[in-house]
Amino acid sequence: MLQITEGSHAVAEIAKFCRPQVVAAYPITPQTHIVEALADMVANCELDAEYITVESEFSALSACLGASAAGSRVYSATTSQGLALMFEVCFNVAGMRQPIVMSIVNRSLGAPLSIWNDQQDSISLRDSGWLQFYAEDNQEATDLHMIAYKVAEDHDVLLPAFVCFDGFILSHTYEPVDMPSQEEVDAYLPAFTPYHRLDAKDPISMGMYATPDYYMEFRYELERAMQRSIDVIKRAGAEFAEQFGRDYSALVESYRLDDAEIAFIAMGSICGTVKDAIDEMRDAGKKVGLAKIRTYRPFPTEELTRALAGVSTVAVLDKNISLGSGGAVGTEVKAMLAGSGITVLDYIIALGGRDVRKRDIAAIVDLADKGVGDMFYGLRTEVL
Amino acid sequence: MALNVGCAARPGKARKNKTGSWRVFRPVFESEQCTKCGMCALVCPEGCVIETEEGEFVPDYEYCKGCGICAEVCPKKGIRMEQEEK
Amino acid sequence: MRELRIHGRGGQGSVTAAELIAVAAFESGVYSQAFPAFGVERRGAPVQAFVRFSDSKIRLRSQVYEPDYVIVQDSTLIKDVNVFQGLKKGGIAIINTEKAPDNLPEDVRVLTLDATKIALEVLGVPITNTTLIGAFAAASGEIELDALEKALRQRFAGSLADKNVAASRRAYDGIGGGA
Ligand code: SF4
Ligand code: SF4
Repeated sequence: MLQITEGSHAVAEIAKFCRPQVVAAYPITPQTHIVEALADMVANCELDAEYITVESEFSALSACLGASAAGSRVYSATTSQGLALMFEVCFNVAGMRQPIVMSIVNRSLGAPLSIWNDQQDSISLRDSGWLQFYAEDNQEATDLHMIAYKVAEDHDVLLPAFVCFDGFILSHTYEPVDMPSQEEVDAYLPAFTPYHRLDAKDPISMGMYATPDYYMEFRYELERAMQRSIDVIKRAGAEFAEQFGRDYSALVESYRLDDAEIAFIAMGSICGTVKDAIDEMRDAGKKVGLAKIRTYRPFPTEELTRALAGVSTVAVLDKNISLGSGGAVGTEVKAMLAGSGITVLDYIIALGGRDVRKRDIAAIVDLADKGVGDMFYGLRTEVL
Repeated sequence: MALNVGCAARPGKARKNKTGSWRVFRPVFESEQCTKCGMCALVCPEGCVIETEEGEFVPDYEYCKGCGICAEVCPKKGIRMEQEEK
Repeated sequence: MRELRIHGRGGQGSVTAAELIAVAAFESGVYSQAFPAFGVERRGAPVQAFVRFSDSKIRLRSQVYEPDYVIVQDSTLIKDVNVFQGLKKGGIAIINTEKAPDNLPEDVRVLTLDATKIALEVLGVPITNTTLIGAFAAASGEIELDALEKALRQRFAGSLADKNVAASRRAYDGIGGGA
């Protein structure tokens, strides 16, 4: 049913409908509204789950790992420094192939301390073996949680998943969201069938130590699972489209890319502003489009390459920076398009909550036209 | 060995791993000095010192590595390390 | 698409006002979006919140720079913040004040009301957000009174809901809504 609600509440609601059996999280701005709502739901018996209160994010994800290994569907949410504190456990969760789903309410990383949005937190865990989905609006943030569970728990995948949505910009925004009912979610997402689980009557150990004779093979298996997930995501997205009418069967969403000369690549809420700016520029005769990356891990190399065939310039909007190299997405796109003849320009933008307007997007098109890129966009040079 | 998903493994392998052959020195328990304090059983890294029904503490030489920790901790100095003849 | 910017001080309920307006607008049958200017919430510090109204889905995520409407919850803000910045020609500014401020911009419609007085009389506390929403409903025509009442009853319980409905209605009538 279409209803108007805050992004965080929509996510808490859908998390509940996904029927997690264990929730463990530590509150941190701007994720707090989600976990407060879930704690209420558990306290009010609206959600039949064990809510484990913990003293840190490290403990939160450790508790989730144990619960998942014991065969439960598990949910958590965090952001920024909280995710940084989970770093070690994130790698263990992926290595042990536990399909935990965690909302990342994207926020910048300190120092300097900033509670505002960019995507440095989840991007910094791109190598950890978690699937990474990015939502443009609260509808997508809601829907992607269902898809994330379905994909993560598929026995061809068995990888954990981040559902990333921009802190404040989405999490604290009221807007209409078509919220499915419990019955509809149940029809889409079956109960969790663990591949194997900790059981005192039939003991196993997980995350065993691997000598140099075996370690590489374990990492190779993780990479293979990531690659297999591409088809599983497409399938889960197509099934979702069939049931709910919203199509997530592509890892990349193309917006007005046919005949486009300049294509943006972006992830998350900035895509909405980019689309509005594109419409205005199209009206003025400028051939611009957008390839929106919905799935950053696995990286949609094939789909993205296909989407960009025919463009002459690509402008990547990176809400992160891999210090000493450039924007993380831009770096990958450059590698992907090397030798294609397409010019790839990278723009570091909107770090730490800097607002982005339609006119900024138009200004980047002007820069890209001149071949000027690989830069921080919108720096206040007067304070440097 | 084929890899298991998530580096999972069945337990119980240590029992198959008979470490007795590693020994250079063999602990010899002098039962007449023993006060049955149980320290040797507690500290043995192999967990191979067993209390018999008669209350005697004896090592299982199939697993005893000869590390000498039991001899080190025995308060009665009642465990002697003797070189194995190989 | 129409846009509203609310100026208030931390603790005056500007964010709640934006959310209530968005809910009421949605209940009135349009797409709406409400969000705060995500500051660090300190009581008394100038804060802003925004609402967008549209007949189609809203994708834009930037803050509001050229509003059609401005609500000023506290007239002392006018000294500290350019509350009229970017206000469109023919736009509407609703200001909570006892007396009309000087130096008002031209080409805009400025409506003043003593929302603090109404709030004190009806609610018993100087929290003016729900009163000002009533004035906004009357002046802008963006939200229907019934939808506003529904939004208020969703947010507040029992007699608190009744009082907030009464406060918003009084401001609505005072501005000449529905006339
Ligand atoms: S020598 Fe070491 S392994 Fe052997 S019984 Fe003593 S403590 Fe155990
Ligand atoms: S430590 Fe020495 S005294 Fe104590 S039980 Fe073992 S052998 Fe006997």
